[in-house]
Amino acid sequence: MIKLDSKIPKGPLAEKWTIYKETQKLVAPNNKRKLDIIVVGTGLAGASAAASFGEMGFNVKIFCYQDSPRRAHSIAAQGGINAAKNYQNDGDSIYRLFYDTIKGGDYRSREANVYRLAEVSGNIIDQAVAQGVPFAREYGGYLTNRSFGGVLVSRTFYAKGQTGQQLLLGAYSALNRQIAAGTVKLYHRREMLDLVVVDGKARGIVVRNLVTGEIERYGAHAVVLATGGYGNVYYLSTNAMGSNGSAAWAAYKKGAAFANPAYVQIHPTCIPLHGEFQSKLTLMSESLRNDGRIWVPKKKEDAEAIRKGLKTANDIPDEDRDFYLERRYPAFGNLVPRDVASRAAKERCDAGYGVAPTGLGVFLDFKYAIERLGKKKIEERYGNLFQMYEKITGVDPYNHPMMIYPAVHYTMGGLWVDYELQSTIPGLFVAGEANFSDHGANRLGASALMQGLADGYFVLPYTIQNYLANEIYHPEIDIKTKEFDEAEKNVKDKINKLMSVKGNEPVDHFHRELGKIMWHYVGMSRNREGLEKAISEIRALREEFWKNVRVSGSADNLNPELEKAGRVADFLELGELIATDALHREESCGGHFREEYQTEEGEALRRDDQFMYVAAWEYKGEGQMPELNKEPLKYENIEVKTRSYK
Amino acid sequence: MKFTLKIWRQKDSRSKGKFETYQIDNIPSDASFLEMLDILNDELIRKGEEPVAFDHDCREGICGMCSLHINGRAHGPDEDVTTCQLFMRKFKDGETIWVEPWRAKGFPVIKDLIVDRSAFDKILQAGGYISVNTGNAPDANAIPIPKDDADVAMDAATCIGCGACVATCKNSSAMLFVAAKVSHLAHLPQGKIEATRRVKAMVDKMEELGFGSCTNTGSCEVECPKNISIAHIAKLNREFLKANLEA
Ligand SMILES: Cc1cc2nc3c(=O)[nH]c(=O)nc-3n(C[C@H](O)[C@H](O)[C@H](O)COP(=O)(O)OP(=O)(O)OC[C@H]3O[C@@H](n4cnc5c(N)ncnc54)[C@H](O)[C@@H]3O)c2cc1C
Ligand code: FES
Repeated sequence: MIKLDSKIPKGPLAEKWTIYKETQKLVAPNNKRKLDIIVVGTGLAGASAAASFGEMGFNVKIFCYQDSPRRAHSIAAQGGINAAKNYQNDGDSIYRLFYDTIKGGDYRSREANVYRLAEVSGNIIDQAVAQGVPFAREYGGYLTNRSFGGVLVSRTFYAKGQTGQQLLLGAYSALNRQIAAGTVKLYHRREMLDLVVVDGKARGIVVRNLVTGEIERYGAHAVVLATGGYGNVYYLSTNAMGSNGSAAWAAYKKGAAFANPAYVQIHPTCIPLHGEFQSKLTLMSESLRNDGRIWVPKKKEDAEAIRKGLKTANDIPDEDRDFYLERRYPAFGNLVPRDVASRAAKERCDAGYGVAPTGLGVFLDFKYAIERLGKKKIEERYGNLFQMYEKITGVDPYNHPMMIYPAVHYTMGGLWVDYELQSTIPGLFVAGEANFSDHGANRLGASALMQGLADGYFVLPYTIQNYLANEIYHPEIDIKTKEFDEAEKNVKDKINKLMSVKGNEPVDHFHRELGKIMWHYVGMSRNREGLEKAISEIRALREEFWKNVRVSGSADNLNPELEKAGRVADFLELGELIATDALHREESCGGHFREEYQTEEGEALRRDDQFMYVAAWEYKGEGQMPELNKEPLKYENIEVKTRSYK
Repeated sequence: MKFTLKIWRQKDSRSKGKFETYQIDNIPSDASFLEMLDILNDELIRKGEEPVAFDHDCREGICGMCSLHINGRAHGPDEDVTTCQLFMRKFKDGETIWVEPWRAKGFPVIKDLIVDRSAFDKILQAGGYISVNTGNAPDANAIPIPKDDADVAMDAATCIGCGACVATCKNSSAMLFVAAKVSHLAHLPQGKIEATRRVKAMVDKMEELGFGSCTNTGSCEVECPKNISIAHIAKLNREFLKANLEA
């Protein structure tokens, strides 16, 4: 049993963070130079944290598996970043952003963390602008905003459809400045494969140099994981091909609790699947729901004719179109939260109204917005997304509605952290999508960028000091100890094992099969029988993997097949934990929908009396059932209600 | 669809490389170029051969990780796309396709189609930033910025750092890459303060790292998947002139 202490500071909600900052321990400048911090990951969370630590005077080592920090998957975020600036004078406030986030997460996140997130959100925009991030502006020269799902205000800042790119380039530029200053050292094309724990504290990592194949060790007084989400367990997702759960999984096996793994976000607007060879799914940003209207035909025969190519969307008159989100949720319409929009699309398609050749697709139509605002305005807002859509599908969305379908996108679950973003292993901090902290059972659009940067710029620089203040007497970490030897041996053994199976099936085969199990049984709609089946099928697949996988090439040079094999081996274990968590949570909340628990109208039915807690899973050894630890959630500032967007 | 592939194979940076020929069949026309390579690799692995190594990550045209010279063009025959967004329907059935890594002194080959582009990071480390520490920023709306300037800055800032401009330029110059960053920051009031120092530091670094100089052929602009305009090079030159005058 792990003791889960969330370390929420005392005091009224709005003052907790101030009180924390005023009473935390600090490290003197001359001591900062003697303290080493490892940051794994160069996305928004990792780059912003490392740059800030460097500016403060710590010694930082930063790692990524790509060839440059700028390629972290944050670069792909499209639509925007939230902040409670109230520049639009539409009634926004810190409290409202806090409230929307808790409600959007279906009352499954921690009040104090979310309030702090809302509180620092405005500083993120200030920081980004100072770095030169070219957010969209009005003619008067001031910043402009758009809306995202699940809210009634316009608080989303954006840079065309490339907000993640611009924010990451901002954080990357701050990182570059510190690299030039010598406070941060960059290790690219390195993959973290194990965490080193000495006397109960995180003291270093073991990585594979992806170019030479060498196994390297690095020590530090604290380790920060900012390694992103694990959506690629589902094989097809909107994540980058290399996005993985391996670093978090290594930490889990070394004692860090894994929280709410079953909370996976399935994004409603992605380009539908078209073939077996397909390697990834492409997101069409949620911002499109500001101006696009979602519909399917009212008549089944029209849907069928479209599927067969006998009719097109433009042949269906307005009165025969079912704008099902506007119909079911008049208050929020096309801007309901993601989980709600995804399930509604599935419901229509399952009922026979889908419009893609596979039956799995709905329309997202800009005809009405173009009529209202003109083509130029739409082009200005979404030009690059429209271009991307056209390149992939060969269809011009200015003249024909987009076709979309839900796809795996984001993982709310992740390593358990307390208010300081520290995991259950002292000295191991977790930031960005890799932790479970702020989004409960469903994340609102444009809030991941906000959280990643809040963690990196404005939270960790304080909280890590509170930890490091007790480490000033500890000399440089010795990497020639038995703990490092053991971790290195672990890593080498696993690589040798993978190389020596010499079976018949390539790694991708197993990944694809795992993805199918996950999508069918642990996807948008789950039930007991399916989840039990998923668990047994994953186990069988894992066994088959270790008997029959073929990893070509050798381990002593650049070998993308070996990289994939290691990640898939971990996904085959993590997938089971996701299903286990989903099976145990006998309620529906946010992205976790259990068919057994729904209202008569098919909406999610929470069971607060039994499940108002964070499920933090503890590793108990290979082949052992992990142990469930519960952190109860208390709502003292928000009245817990049934989520309604009607 | 069916293709003959001539692919550059090279064991590592020290070895000599050569083209190998592969026949491939049953490629769906809506597969991307990289998915076509996935299919080839699947076949190679099943035959016991080593798959072709290539760089990629996001597969949606934004991370800048994918590269490839395809039939003599950076990112292949389609306009305004990266290789990961290039689809097989852009090729003729039965066509022979030549696939090579970026060729430039500044980008040595690591293996097969993968090159080392860390020189780009080094150029940006030399000055591609605004010197502001975390927590020092004034309110974001404190300094209004004319929309036109912000838009030009944004256009320049869309560079994905893929290196197509270098691979295309006969001098292997990184001028478009450097200019994109210089112009992005020089169009913003907060970036103007360090503009002259920045431009000198970045151009010096570029030359030190073995990239050639710009002779205004304009080919980089044509192959840039993000359509970065060479007008930014003109902006760089003006900033550079100012820097020299000040010095
Ligand atoms: C297509 C898309 C669009 C999105 N749009 C939006 C949006 O508009 N608004 C919004 O708020 N959110 C959006 N999101 C979500 C958001 O982009 C991510 O949640 C967020 O960027 C994650 O940032 P991060 O820093 O936690 O991780 P990432 O950016 O994923 O970075 C992970 C880093 O860890 C490194 N890494 C991973 N594993 C290892 C390892 N084992 N060893 C070494 N290094 C490792 C990687 O190299 C990388 O540097 C979008 C996501 C996607 C996929
Ligand atoms: S793989 Fe990211 S741009 Fe092509």
